[in-house]
Amino acid sequence: MEKKLERILPKVQKPARYTGGEYGEIQKDRTAVDLRMALCFPDVYEIGMSNTGMRILYRVLNDMPGVWCERVFAPWFDMAKEMRENHIPLYALESGDPLTAFDAIGFSLGYEMAYTTVLEMLSLAGIPLHSRERESLTPLVFAGGSVCCNPEPMADYFDLMIVGEGEAVDREVLELLRTAKQENWSKADFLRRAAGIGGVYVPSLYEPEYDENGLFRAVHPRDGAPAAVTKRIVEDFENSCFPADAIVPNTEIVHDRVGLELFRGCIRGCRFCQAGHIYRPVRSRSVEKLLEHGKEALAFSGYQEITLLSLSTSDYRGLNGLCDGLMDYCEPRGIGLSLPSLRADNFSMDIMQRVQKVRKSGLTFAPEAGTQRLRDVINKNVTEEELLRSCATAFRGGWNGVKLYFMLGLPTETDEDVIGIAELADRVVHCWRENAANKARGLRVTVSTSCFVPKPHTPFQWEPQVERSEYLRRVTLLREHMKARAVTYNWHEADTSYTEAVLSRGDRRIGALIHAIWRRGGYLESWSEGFDLSRWTESAAELGLSLDDYAVRERALTEALPWDHINMGVQKRHFLREYEQAHRGCLSPDCRAACLGCGAAAFLKEGRCDNG
Amino acid sequence: MDKIRLVYSQTGRAVWMSHLDTMRTLQRAMNRSGVPIKYSEGFNPHALISILVPLSVGTESLCQMADIRVREEVDLAALPARLTAGMPEGIVVTDAYEDAGKPAEVKWLACEGRWEYDTADPLRMAELCRELFSAPVVVTRRTKRGEGPFTVTEHVRELTFTPEEGFVRVNAVVSCAEPVVNPDLLTAAVGQNLPEAAPDAGRFRRLALYRADGTPYR
Repeated sequence: MEKKLERILPKVQKPARYTGGEYGEIQKDRTAVDLRMALCFPDVYEIGMSNTGMRILYRVLNDMPGVWCERVFAPWFDMAKEMRENHIPLYALESGDPLTAFDAIGFSLGYEMAYTTVLEMLSLAGIPLHSRERESLTPLVFAGGSVCCNPEPMADYFDLMIVGEGEAVDREVLELLRTAKQENWSKADFLRRAAGIGGVYVPSLYEPEYDENGLFRAVHPRDGAPAAVTKRIVEDFENSCFPADAIVPNTEIVHDRVGLELFRGCIRGCRFCQAGHIYRPVRSRSVEKLLEHGKEALAFSGYQEITLLSLSTSDYRGLNGLCDGLMDYCEPRGIGLSLPSLRADNFSMDIMQRVQKVRKSGLTFAPEAGTQRLRDVINKNVTEEELLRSCATAFRGGWNGVKLYFMLGLPTETDEDVIGIAELADRVVHCWRENAANKARGLRVTVSTSCFVPKPHTPFQWEPQVERSEYLRRVTLLREHMKARAVTYNWHEADTSYTEAVLSRGDRRIGALIHAIWRRGGYLESWSEGFDLSRWTESAAELGLSLDDYAVRERALTEALPWDHINMGVQKRHFLREYEQAHRGCLSPDCRAACLGCGAAAFLKEGRCDNG
Repeated sequence: MDKIRLVYSQTGRAVWMSHLDTMRTLQRAMNRSGVPIKYSEGFNPHALISILVPLSVGTESLCQMADIRVREEVDLAALPARLTAGMPEGIVVTDAYEDAGKPAEVKWLACEGRWEYDTADPLRMAELCRELFSAPVVVTRRTKRGEGPFTVTEHVRELTFTPEEGFVRVNAVVSCAEPVVNPDLLTAAVGQNLPEAAPDAGRFRRLALYRADGTPYR
């Protein structure tokens, strides 16, 4: 195997992706452990190694006595081809052992477009794809990650799925698997017991039912499985695992830096945003703890850059103190601090200037919609005045470029809202003319639009996606109104947004579609090299499924939804209330201004979230 | 103390790193072990490290050299172990010293190759290779200026072929400065000029660097 690999590595791009051996990699004696776990990421090395969840789980699982957790990533097309031709099964980087040598194969699933990649990875490993085809207890194939909040599309393939935060649940699943192995339980016995662990969904114990029109009606649990699966969270986020000794890759990855996770959840409640809802309640770490983690990770890794991670960095209460503390450490060492996820409303020039002493990065704001009316509909609590004020401050401070992110196709959007984006960009240009410290360097405004994808567990989960032709019409309309030379307009492809919409609100019937697309060669579909809409349309036709029915059909508020039995904390009544508020064009306050009783606080012992 | 020469080996899984990857890794190892490396002035400060003869991906080396610049005194005797502790698997710092020879003085590279034959007889293959290289051999090589013919034998000294179990051991001393001859060109030369002796796989390992006059480079 090693020899075969050595022969193909010179033929593929970036072979360092496939070798392991990095600084911080965990090696264990395979004869001294009794449970081997393959932590799989259904995308290439550079993406998977950048994932904070992977870094945390690698540490948490390897801290378990008797467990060796190794990493597996999806090979790029060239490598996948060579592996198939040379009969090299998919292997883990640490030991080089094939996936079939593992007891547990866990996938970290962060986005829907990775589904076909999961199937190809199993296939490359020579493991049957469907849960029902795998009769023995091991390898147990499971998944966790944000998309498991609607587990149905991948229900046929996974033995179990973890709802919520993996570091809270994975250990219990592996402990149970260890017992099952020692006591020779059947797979069915194991799964029945696993269904009793909070946060564990065993799809085979739930039977979906559809009505005479083919609409999803309900799922029926059996064998004592709970009627609803409630997510699990890390309650004590302050003291939860921070992998200061995470692996430092030998080759460049997407996020090649230390990432400090400030808090989980979000106080904002933007109505399109899934992350902002499913990661509630808000739990933060103290400045002292973060400084300790940051210094420890920088010292271990030798990285020259550190970044702050959260859904909305400027909402972190201790941001000033944290930045000051980090800069005291970073500046003399030439380490850069970057601040993503800043909001245009509470953006502070003071902070930006302090952190930019080492390296100056770009500025990005996400107003999401072009008019105040539509920003109110989506509950993006940012006014144009605030945005322009932030831009003015930045331009005065010497910045000469700004990126603005928007969505097209949001519920209730009109042509006026679309043109509003161009008008807003023009006003940013005007603002630069009035405020720029140094006009000689010119201005660069980059406007990017993506197509709105309705997601489960959001107030917009019932909304239709606009048809692709309509999205493209709006793109054209916007392009025609982008007049200023300083403005560059980029738009996201409509086809991938459309297919993402099919998957995100899919039911169990979508599983066969994913299989059919994979059979037609669908792999690494979040890369343009791996995506082809014709595979989707052909597969849907073969199965008699309507893609439009999933993507562009508006759901009735009374309709049963395929993810209703998954409790992510925020309750359906909250989504309904927010849906109605949206259609009235009314804002809702953020969690700090007033608690709306969304339901997530129930996950914390004292029922109080965001106690930062 | 300003300039320090580091000698290190890069073998095993670390050979798949690119030159830029290795640069980043060296820099991080300095940071990890607290070596007071000097930074360039300017908008995007970078560590002052330079690798003498960059290693091509897939090649092992026992004689890599890098020059670093430091801000203050460091204990040279302790430096190799200190840096190695901060390196990924496969990179071992073996020596650190001051007053190193000028990078421009490097001329020859001794290397050892392993040409694997899955079915062909290594004894016969070694003979064929010897025969081929007893006369000038031209190989088509790609450079920044495009593809062109290159008489590889003009820039190779001491080329021997020793049959071993399943492979032929190739020992060569190739020019590694003006022009730079990647030893993999020897493998390519066989493939292009004598396909029946082309190995099924071939890899080289760098052994030592020499000056133009043949004395060991330090």
